[in-house]
Amino acid sequence: MISVNNITKHFGETVALRGVSFEVQKGEVLGFLGPNGAGKSTTMRIITCYMPANSGSVSVAGFDVSDNSLEVRRRLGYLPENAPLYHDMKVIEFLAYIADIRQIGKTERTNRIGKMLEVCGLENVRHKNIAHLSRGYRQRVGLAQSMLHDPDILILDEPTLGLDPNQIIEIRELIKHLGREKTVILCSHILPEVSATCSRIIIINDGRIVASGAPEELTSKAGGAPVLSITVRGPADEVAARLALVEGITGVRADGEPEAGLQRFTVTGQEGTRPGEHLFRAVVDGGWSISELRQESATLEDVFTKLTTGEKA
Amino acid sequence: MGTIAATFKKEFRAYFNSPIAYIFITVFLVLSNWLFMRGFFIYNQADMRGYFAVLPWIFLFFIPAVTMRLWAEEKKLGTMELLMTFPVRDRDVVLGKYLASLLFLTITVLLSFSIPLTISILGDPDGGPILGSYLGTILMGAAYLAIGLFFSSLSENQIIAFILGVAGCFLLFIIGEEFVLFTLPQALVPLFKYLGLGTHFDSISRGVLDSRDILYYLSVVVFFLYLNVRSVESRKWK
Repeated sequence: MISVNNITKHFGETVALRGVSFEVQKGEVLGFLGPNGAGKSTTMRIITCYMPANSGSVSVAGFDVSDNSLEVRRRLGYLPENAPLYHDMKVIEFLAYIADIRQIGKTERTNRIGKMLEVCGLENVRHKNIAHLSRGYRQRVGLAQSMLHDPDILILDEPTLGLDPNQIIEIRELIKHLGREKTVILCSHILPEVSATCSRIIIINDGRIVASGAPEELTSKAGGAPVLSITVRGPADEVAARLALVEGITGVRADGEPEAGLQRFTVTGQEGTRPGEHLFRAVVDGGWSISELRQESATLEDVFTKLTTGEKA
Repeated sequence: MGTIAATFKKEFRAYFNSPIAYIFITVFLVLSNWLFMRGFFIYNQADMRGYFAVLPWIFLFFIPAVTMRLWAEEKKLGTMELLMTFPVRDRDVVLGKYLASLLFLTITVLLSFSIPLTISILGDPDGGPILGSYLGTILMGAAYLAIGLFFSSLSENQIIAFILGVAGCFLLFIIGEEFVLFTLPQALVPLFKYLGLGTHFDSISRGVLDSRDILYYLSVVVFFLYLNVRSVESRKWK
């Protein structure tokens, strides 16, 4: 549906994109993740034909963004960062203007506007001036605008910015729901947002794609060596010595002093192994008992931090 | 509805959605009427020469105020990004905005009809020159609007857009005036006289409608609208 081929973009001396390529399939919800200034918005602006790339090509639904820009723009719904809107219009006037400029037919427009007011929860504020709306409502007007013409492809740049937690959940549900029939690109620097809504994630940093894959894939990739936390009832020194002998274990560290006979250890295993079972058996064979055994899994936060701060995984 | 019409409708309504239109029209009419009526009874002539003579100067400050918002606000609010990702041609948006400002100005100018009405009650004015002058005024306003609209696209600050617009209009007006021509080498005088906005207005305000003057104004409009399209496209320059 969307195919981005090796695009680069610089603004004077500043390089924003250094060769970004990716594809988005029909019906996919792609999370585009990166810290501020990584090149997310620039990439979106290139896909939506706001500005061209310096090199490389982008096609949307088979149309090239530079040769067939109008066709591309007809098929896209776009919510730019910060949801820019005309402040001197009423919500309903604004949506009517969008219907005009997108040339939505007379019979269809009433339907679509009504539907958008409903879906985005704007019925109560339809006659209010946009200037007087709160941040959250403006964001919803922006969303309504992007979906008014029922586009196949939606590009949302930070859609939940400025919303309260309940609204965030609503919007996420809405995006998930939309993702069933539409192709969505969701830009964000908020991790739970993309892990909750997206089927695939691309992480971009400093103008380059640093990782891509399903949320679970990325998490396990970043995991590296398994780290386990185990709490055992028994003599600390003996237990530590026994655990160190378990197959595939590379390090054992006692965490603090024993409390009521319970000692917690942090155990590191070899990469790619799951040593939990062996540890359990070793403790039981030693005649001690386990009160807790837990695999510390790397979260998407870890992946993100590792990849975007230059730390090696 | 086409995209030009959609832009036109939105921009035209925007004037009346805020107090801008009402303040503008009121102040313009009060100011121009007062300047004219001050001398009217002293000269005791049933014509509008005096009225049309001051208009280029009033326009100098009023017209950039009509256009300063049109692009600068889009840039300031970030709606430029929204607008330019709609399926519209840059050219159509420029035209839509321009036509909206032109209709607004035309309405404002026509609202000064109280003056010809008063004059025809008091005396027996010649209708031809008055009609010709109205047409000339709108043509000159059209040229000023195109200049103002272009300068609005250069800045996201409305005040800068306004000042640049005034300066741009003033420059084009002044280069054809006697005291500028006086300082120029003889060979350049006809050229500058032709390029000056005021020169063409003088003949129209006398009621003489010359196709060369009309052509001149239209060229200024087309030239600045073209520059405007280029300036809107500048976001795409590599």
